[in-house]
Amino acid sequence: MFRIEEVEHRYGDRTVLRDVSVELTERRVAVVGANGSGKSTFARLLNGLVVPTSGTVTVDGLDTRKDGRRIRAKVGFVFQDPDLQIVMPTVAEDLAFGLKHRGLSKADIDQRVEQALEDNGLRDLRDQPAHLLSGGQKQRLAIASVLATAPRYVVFDEPTTMLDLRSKRQIARVMAELEQPVVVVSHDMDLLEGFDRVLVFDEGRLVADGPPDVSIAFYLELMGAC
Amino acid sequence: MLSLYRPGDSVLHRAPAGPKLVVLLVTCLAVFLVDELWFTAVCGTVVLVLWRIAHIPYRELGRQLRELWVIALLLAVFQVWANGWHEAAMTVLRLLALLLLASLVTMTSRTSHIVDALESAARPLALVGMRPGRIAFLIGLTLRFIPLIREKAEEIRAAQRARGVERRPLALLLPLLLKTLTMADAISEALDARGFEST
Repeated sequence: MFRIEEVEHRYGDRTVLRDVSVELTERRVAVVGANGSGKSTFARLLNGLVVPTSGTVTVDGLDTRKDGRRIRAKVGFVFQDPDLQIVMPTVAEDLAFGLKHRGLSKADIDQRVEQALEDNGLRDLRDQPAHLLSGGQKQRLAIASVLATAPRYVVFDEPTTMLDLRSKRQIARVMAELEQPVVVVSHDMDLLEGFDRVLVFDEGRLVADGPPDVSIAFYLELMGAC
Repeated sequence: MLSLYRPGDSVLHRAPAGPKLVVLLVTCLAVFLVDELWFTAVCGTVVLVLWRIAHIPYRELGRQLRELWVIALLLAVFQVWANGWHEAAMTVLRLLALLLLASLVTMTSRTSHIVDALESAARPLALVGMRPGRIAFLIGLTLRFIPLIREKAEEIRAAQRARGVERRPLALLLPLLLKTLTMADAISEALDARGFEST
């Protein structure tokens, strides 16, 4: 469970989040908002990549200010651009990367990598250099590498923004099948089907919070789409 | 580094990375210590034969030579001017033989195996307080991002051409540098998120 209490965050003298208090307990939570609304910063609060200027964020009782590393082991994070998230040259090596810092034996790591290749339909791409993958394959690899470390939660920051329709649907399917509770930041309304709760951010404030139909209607009106 | 691992099942692919790196190192030393044109030529020929054994098409050889010819030419011109024809032929032949051998080693060895081998070789450095694991990580990261930076350079060049700016090295370098720095920030964030221990 994520608990965000009276959070404010500033970059220099620009305030990107103000007066945000919210508890996330649902299995599927979405965060929407315009560019610059603070939603990406909000996502980064959840695994302690961003520690708020004031206020506290806790994950299962751990404070991101003190236990950043333990929280990041618990909360997987998928970025918008898989090119910058994949850090090793080939598919299998990238899957192994996140496992290497967890004190697992080499045999254990190998076995988990094989499992991850199998689970994510990446077996045929095992030794492919990452830079030769398609956009959709890169994002699948980025997600697979996160899932290989068996996180308790997964946060996605605009995971489909750079993808074509087919890849978007594949990623949507991967997300729908996850057992873990998921928090997704997205502009893609299609992606949010079946979500339990949608938060709307505007100019750093949480301006709506409710079931998808209510929140999305509010968001569309805010954006002037209706 | 001219090339990355190309999956295959040749003898060279199956040979462990450590010995391959040792052979590369020894050949480097030998080629520079034995100052005989015939010896360098023999080494060059052996590299070509090994290339065949690894089942890597000569088309790839052509591609890599095209990437190298400017350097080779400059070097040759300078050597002819400074030391005469014989030295020039020696130097260029040495360079090509060694680069192509090095390239063959990287093409037939998984990066992780090369990295593991270097990590074991660097183990003694732990005695003076350096961490071998860190070296391995740096090599992997470098190999991953060279093609990406090349891709970004192509993008910038295309954008400039679209606006009528043809090849201007400085006009490419500055935006590329900025882009690379932005990328570095995002990558370090991703490393944090993925549990990399930075201390």
